[in-house]
Amino acid sequence: METLLEPLGYAFFQKGLIVASLSGAILGLIGVYIVLRGMSYIGHGLAHSIFGGFAAMQLFAAKFYAIGAGLWGILSALAITSVTKRSRVGADAAIGVITIASFALGVALFAKFGTSGPSFENALFGSILGITTGQIVGLVAVTVLTASFVFLRYRALLFSTFDPDVAAVSGVNVGRIEAALMVVLSLAILATLTVIGVTLVAAMLVIPAVIARMLTDSFGRMLAYSTLIGTLCGLVGMYTSYYADVPSGTMIVLVGAALFIVVLATTGGSGLRRSAGLDSHSEDLVSK
Amino acid sequence: MTGTGVGPELIRLNGVNASYDHQLVLQDVSFHVHEDQFTGIVGPSGAGKTTLLRLLLQTLEPVAGTVWREPGLRVGYVPQLESVNWNFPITVFECVLMSRKSSRLRPWASPSEKARVFAVLDRLGIGDLAERHIRELSGGQQQRMFLARALLRQPQVLLLDEPTSGVDISTRHDILHLLADLHEDGMAIVLTTHDLNGIATHLPHLVCVNKSIVGEGTPSDVMTSEVLERTFGARMEVLEHLGVRLVVDEAPSPYTPGTRI
Repeated sequence: METLLEPLGYAFFQKGLIVASLSGAILGLIGVYIVLRGMSYIGHGLAHSIFGGFAAMQLFAAKFYAIGAGLWGILSALAITSVTKRSRVGADAAIGVITIASFALGVALFAKFGTSGPSFENALFGSILGITTGQIVGLVAVTVLTASFVFLRYRALLFSTFDPDVAAVSGVNVGRIEAALMVVLSLAILATLTVIGVTLVAAMLVIPAVIARMLTDSFGRMLAYSTLIGTLCGLVGMYTSYYADVPSGTMIVLVGAALFIVVLATTGGSGLRRSAGLDSHSEDLVSK
Repeated sequence: MTGTGVGPELIRLNGVNASYDHQLVLQDVSFHVHEDQFTGIVGPSGAGKTTLLRLLLQTLEPVAGTVWREPGLRVGYVPQLESVNWNFPITVFECVLMSRKSSRLRPWASPSEKARVFAVLDRLGIGDLAERHIRELSGGQQQRMFLARALLRQPQVLLLDEPTSGVDISTRHDILHLLADLHEDGMAIVLTTHDLNGIATHLPHLVCVNKSIVGEGTPSDVMTSEVLERTFGARMEVLEHLGVRLVVDEAPSPYTPGTRI
């Protein structure tokens, strides 16, 4: 008990615990759609792309860097969709070019001009130090937005993820729901970037959803499990980060990876069979 | 019910051309769906059968011609089983519930929605499979599940893409009778098939397609050697057995004695 209570005496840890739990929950929730749509690479690419926007905005509009980086991410997502639709470039190639170029720009800007915000290393691997109340408020707002989006558009999101053609026939505006999903994904990545880190945020989009898929064959239960697993990874990862004195993002991801191994060993063949083919139709869905 | 379509018109294609990537797939197609119609669209692979369905569904815009649909028309669609991601985490109940009215915002089903889903599943004989994962069903049960999903919307027109592809003879027979019952209940049905003897010959109305409409009418009208050759590009002999037309491929089998060098 002492082990659990001792770090709570520090304000920075309390804030970190709130942010890590919410980050895990939000990424676990939205990650279900990303994984089932075979869009894991988009999550990875967007995190890198937002880093470019993050660095550029530090230079030009430091006060509004969150808004700028968010817009940068949304524009990157729309650019990927547009390039994929209009040309013969595959979605993975488009993501590789657009988002990694944006990341490279961010690295160049950081190297040349430095930053008034988080350090380069903290931006890459996450940190719980220096979390502001404003960041917590922003994360709570994005969590509420994401949860509301999933709750209120449950049928449309599920239908367009499972069967976009029939969804369109059944009154779902598939294009609009996919654009909205990209916007929510960009905001979720942006809001969790400070604590999880650019390079690790994609892992937290994928790991809870894959573990949840290994545990259930029901979509509703997968959403609930993934959100809970993400939250658990955030909580346990924060404590291990504190005691091991390593960046928070790395420990959150490592806790997720350890849980994945445990579930894999427990569920054996049935878990593997359930999670098979999770990325089997990525190009179809991205290019629709 | 005649099945050939004499009731009010529900969908009309007029002189329609359709293409993918500037490559023309259908040319000058005029096709009408009436309230009491039961039509099979037959043709070889790549003939434009699914494209014709997509035009009827309005998920594909024609590059020429016009598509008209009765305002507010309720359309149900059953996709090809081959196009489904069977690893998707979804139970039979969740899959059918997916097509409920979009105005409802709560994710979970209301008691009346639950009752409606189970009523449709029971009608199709799969009520006891509601909690199963979709991968655990047989081909016939999977087809019934997608029929249930389409029927939940109480469609006026039901469109099915190769509904008997990959199912055994007994299941094919069951599906055909199920569709006939729905047609008797007043639902217009249009399906695609390349199965001439198993499906097409048993339908009241056929449309033969190969880039354009090659023939249209009852099986007696269109299941002739001439129309089938123009549709499939191969010689076929048509026999009659107990009043049903049967098609025999005239091309010799490589294992027919005397045909191998």
